[in-house]
Amino acid sequence: MQQTTYAAPRSIDEAVGLMAASGGAARILAGGTDLLVQMRAGSLAPGAIVDVKRIAEMTTIVEEAGGFRIGAAVNAAEIGEHAALQRAWPGVVEAINLIGSKQVQGRASAGGNLCNASPAADSAPALVAAGAILTVQGPKGRRELPVEKLHAGPGRTTLERGEILVSIALPARPPGSGDAYLRLIPRTEMDIAVVGCGVSLTMKGDTCVSARVGLGAVAPTVMLVEAAGAALAGSRLDDAALEKAAAACRAACRPIDDKRGTIAYRTKIAGVLLRRATLVAAKRAGGH
Amino acid sequence: MSRIHVSATVNGEPVEFLCEPTQTLLDVLRDQLGLTGSKEGCGSGDCGACSVTVDDRLTCACLALGAEMEGRSIGTIEGLAHGDQLHPLQKKFVEMAALQCGVCTPGFLVASKALLDRNPDPTETEVRYWLAGNLCRCTGYDKIVRAVMEVAAEMKETSR
Ligand SMILES: Cc1cc2nc3c(=O)[nH]c(=O)nc-3n(C[C@@H](O)[C@@H](O)[C@H](O)COP(=O)(O)OP(=O)(O)OC[C@H]3O[C@@H](n4cnc5c(N)ncnc54)[C@H](O)[C@@H]3O)c2cc1C
Ligand code: FES
Ligand code: FES
Repeated sequence: MQQTTYAAPRSIDEAVGLMAASGGAARILAGGTDLLVQMRAGSLAPGAIVDVKRIAEMTTIVEEAGGFRIGAAVNAAEIGEHAALQRAWPGVVEAINLIGSKQVQGRASAGGNLCNASPAADSAPALVAAGAILTVQGPKGRRELPVEKLHAGPGRTTLERGEILVSIALPARPPGSGDAYLRLIPRTEMDIAVVGCGVSLTMKGDTCVSARVGLGAVAPTVMLVEAAGAALAGSRLDDAALEKAAAACRAACRPIDDKRGTIAYRTKIAGVLLRRATLVAAKRAGGH
Repeated sequence: MSRIHVSATVNGEPVEFLCEPTQTLLDVLRDQLGLTGSKEGCGSGDCGACSVTVDDRLTCACLALGAEMEGRSIGTIEGLAHGDQLHPLQKKFVEMAALQCGVCTPGFLVASKALLDRNPDPTETEVRYWLAGNLCRCTGYDKIVRAVMEVAAEMKETSR
């Protein structure tokens, strides 16, 4: 068998070149908290490891056009320590900071969490709710895609061969905006979401003017639940509106049935978390 | 075949080593550098027995590659004591019997030090959450948490 190689390029062009040269056998290494676990378990044996942590664009957070651009390989600990990001997008930050232990957070990146494409990835519902836009670079150049278009199925993304996720952009927000992420796990720490729900909304006085809802762990991919956002928008987040949005979340569920959560349980909880996350987001928006 | 040459610092001392491209930092520390204080409990990020710091960031050494360490500063359990002088956390763990078999202890100490370096006055909840990535099959955690709280309290006392 051929030996795995390791390289730590300094630029994205160089990284894309290495990916292309490997003919599909290379894997990006960010924090390694999925990759090294999978390699050790023997489920993955990449021909080449391309470590992207020496690439400045992929390891920094910049404020841009009133929003933020988070390098795909920035670790969760750094994201949690970024005061301005925390102020603008508390839901996104809390989701990323739920990933694993302090040790895992010192390495795990949001980009890796997205690219590993677990339906239960904690960062994904919050980033979907936030309307994050991904920048991707590959042999054919750069393109952008909305985060909800990344996941194709458990462990599968829509990235083409040799494409690298470069950064995650969070848009500028109007005043009166807030977001929140809640997950249900059977333990208090170090567990995988049975359901995860992210809500981002903008309030004008007592009225919700727009809302986006991301739902995780209840279908083969993390989803944008447009009907739930639509049910909240234009309402005063009264019980009827919350119930309509919760029903939309339940209707979107196509969960697995396992010992950690039955289909009926996961479906019910999706509605419960939607209600709770909406109220937290509204409170943060200053509207309630 | 093509082993990778890496220069880094470990506990402040410059080191050089050769490693396989897929060799973990934990294996480099234990097998190449003879620093066997860091333990392998699971090899998958779940137990924290391999806790080290890389550029002051708490990390599982089992989930990092040796090859990544070029120019990095690594801190291990071997760096806690100064000669025969134990670190206050080490002393307190001994004093308060915060260990039994001891396999988890280096990881708990490195993680606890990383906590107190950042947050010298943590609440019990903060200590418990910070140490959630360290597993112990013997002590039931309570003595460990109390030892860390006690060291924090003493640090506050002496800094006053
Ligand atoms: C003990 C433990 C607990 C955990 N708990 C949670 C949890 O509670 N919630 C949760 O969501 N996750 C959890 N995880 C998984 C989580 O740590 C990972 O999903 C992490 O976020 C992945 O990021 P990484 O930087 O470590 O990625 P890596 O492991 O480096 O990469 C992950 C995958 O994505 C690919 N990849 C990475 N970056 C890019 C890129 N920029 N472009 C293209 N492909 C890329 C890699 O090739 C690999 O296939 C846990 C893991 C461990 C070990
Ligand atoms: S050996 Fe690294 S976390 Fe268990
Ligand atoms: S003392 Fe034995 S595992 Fe903690």
